[in-house]
Amino acid sequence: MSKILIRGAKVLGGEPQDVLIDGGTIAQVGSGLSAEGAEVVEAEGKVLLPGLVDLHTHLREPGREDSETVLTGTRAAASGGYTTVFAMANTFPVADTAGVVEQVWRLGKEHGYCDVQPIGAVTVGLEGKKLAELGAMHESAAGVTVFSDDGKCVHDAVIMRRALEYVKAFGGVVAQHAQEPRLTEGAEMNEGIVSAELGLGGWPAVAEESIIARDVLLADHVGSRVHICHLSTAGSVEIVRWAKSRGIAVTAEVTPHHLLLTDELVRTYNPVYKVNPPLRTERDVMALREALADGTIDIVATDHAPHPHEDKDCEWAAAAMGMVGLETALSVVQETMVATGLLDWAGVADRMSVKPAQIGQATGHGRPVSAGEPANLTLVDTAYRGLVEPAGFASRSRNTPYEGRELPGRVTHTWLRGKATLVDGKLT
Amino acid sequence: MQRHLISAADLTRDDAVLILDTAEEMARVADRPIKKLPTLRGRTIVNLFFEDSTRTRISFEAAEKRLSADVINFSAKGSSVSKGESLKDTAQTLEAMGVDAVVIRHGASGAPYRLANSGWIDAAVVNAGDGTHQHPTQALLDAFTMRRRLIGPDAGLGQDLEGKRITLVGDVLHSRVARSNVDLLHTLGAEVTLVAPPTLLPVGIETWPCEVSYDLDSTLTKSDAVMMLRVQRERMNAAFFPTEREYSRRYGLDGDRMARMPEHAIVMHPGPMVRGMEITAEVADSDRCTVVEQVANGVSIRMAVLYLLLGGNEPAVTHPRTEEK
Repeated sequence: MSKILIRGAKVLGGEPQDVLIDGGTIAQVGSGLSAEGAEVVEAEGKVLLPGLVDLHTHLREPGREDSETVLTGTRAAASGGYTTVFAMANTFPVADTAGVVEQVWRLGKEHGYCDVQPIGAVTVGLEGKKLAELGAMHESAAGVTVFSDDGKCVHDAVIMRRALEYVKAFGGVVAQHAQEPRLTEGAEMNEGIVSAELGLGGWPAVAEESIIARDVLLADHVGSRVHICHLSTAGSVEIVRWAKSRGIAVTAEVTPHHLLLTDELVRTYNPVYKVNPPLRTERDVMALREALADGTIDIVATDHAPHPHEDKDCEWAAAAMGMVGLETALSVVQETMVATGLLDWAGVADRMSVKPAQIGQATGHGRPVSAGEPANLTLVDTAYRGLVEPAGFASRSRNTPYEGRELPGRVTHTWLRGKATLVDGKLT
Repeated sequence: MQRHLISAADLTRDDAVLILDTAEEMARVADRPIKKLPTLRGRTIVNLFFEDSTRTRISFEAAEKRLSADVINFSAKGSSVSKGESLKDTAQTLEAMGVDAVVIRHGASGAPYRLANSGWIDAAVVNAGDGTHQHPTQALLDAFTMRRRLIGPDAGLGQDLEGKRITLVGDVLHSRVARSNVDLLHTLGAEVTLVAPPTLLPVGIETWPCEVSYDLDSTLTKSDAVMMLRVQRERMNAAFFPTEREYSRRYGLDGDRMARMPEHAIVMHPGPMVRGMEITAEVADSDRCTVVEQVANGVSIRMAVLYLLLGGNEPAVTHPRTEEK
């Protein structure tokens, strides 16, 4: 592999520096580095970040290749500046055996756009009744360390307790989709002022908060760590803040869409805004931003959820839940967190690369931009501002809530272990 | 008037009064030996019903036929919809047959809004009830009934319902009738009170332009009209209330309670009534109960709405009284 010199990039948003990649690693970081024998990437004014890590992606393969495949999903990831994605287990068949997780892992390796780290199901068939063979998935080639029934809540308190305990044996973590099922029967949107007017089934904040409260107490009781998926309410923030203050090993993620959008958008009945957990209120959005800034929420995760057009081009009740997010995540974070002064670029690197890599144990990712480290890097044109155009997405699906919205920032280059996956905004 | 009628909240005070006044004209047609106007001759209206609702469908059909429109009835049951065809494809198929307006009843809240605003079809859309969202022609016929009874058919022309005290009782949570009525009655200047057990009121109701009470007896004495909403017995199984008997005792309208209402006050019900649950037979069959009148008024209101949406600016009824002399 040849040498690449990234010239004049603001590393983590700091002073301009040159970064020399040699083979799969960062050879040198400094100013005025020699370009001899290297391909030069002029990066003046751009921000260089460690390659982004998404702890929550739906790649849909196997089973729903009409909405996404490992190939299209990882191309979308590279487009959005990601070098690792954690692929959720709710595929068909469910990723609840070593066989399925290995298949997904191998497909990721073959395509080479970014590392694919499969997440294993906590329970067989995501049914919440019987533990899946968590150990077998961990010992497989895929080396699964994160387990989740995402899409469904591990609602049975005993099963959740056992899962939390069991994965300690190999340092795993359970990522909980916090949704009390009885409180959310028929739920279609956030329960509140807007749902009352629109006559759509309410998804109350308490259905999320009560599960998070239970699970942090369980994690404390059995001495395990627990990760909370797509935390979406101000009340959930308070519970996680309290748990952390007690020293409970809890981490939490927030999605880009919950940092920007509110349930007011549902007034259009356009299912592109239908997502689970649902869009909440302005007050929740502000609490989530603040919590991400102060570290109560550890990371941003996309919950990239591709759906074919026909599953969104219909009435609200019939529509699928979810939004694509890999290709817009960084822009939304820039808009909501950087432009507002809540986070600097080093903070963005921490929330979108360093911490998610730590939680998911993605070796070689989320590392400092310094000599000797793997060259997993993302170069961002932060001065760019433009309209989101889904037609240009690498993802197979177009169900973005940001179509036609102006957002800042554009990933121009992504390198996976020194190999460019994205050059000047084009996939290699 | 807008191109579609999706929500009672979309109507201005003047729109609503125009519809009520037009309906008054239409009602006079019903008194003629030949109850038919040529107004919508050559126009085609489809009644697209994804939910069973014989009475609403028949009411629209009667209105359409009295306006001389060509009527197509489409019931989702046994159709391609039950085989998985989407709302979009169904609507486009019907429009390809040259439909000028779609009257839609759908179990999903927002389905008529989607139909009108997604660029799927060009036809005018009239919401005949969507999920637990809206049922605007029901609210209009209710307001029409109130105006006729509380002000008078002739005296009411041009009038709204300023200062009238209207109480709605029952399952507000699951009721599109309640939502539509609150919106329209507020627009027309009425003072609305909703009465229900707390379990049957939606979270978020605090922003609605109305009062909310858990106590029926205290509101009855200060009501000009009391509208009883249907309460489905199945709600009991989801713990919205303990038993049918307890619900009736606390929120049902019986003869004793009706006697405590002001003398001029009327009892309304959108139907179908669950006798013995929210209303006793004694009340349902009394002179103060407008249920049957509401049905008749429904046809007039739907004629008015369709005429105003499709008929353009020509007068609906050409000097009916002079013409008949």
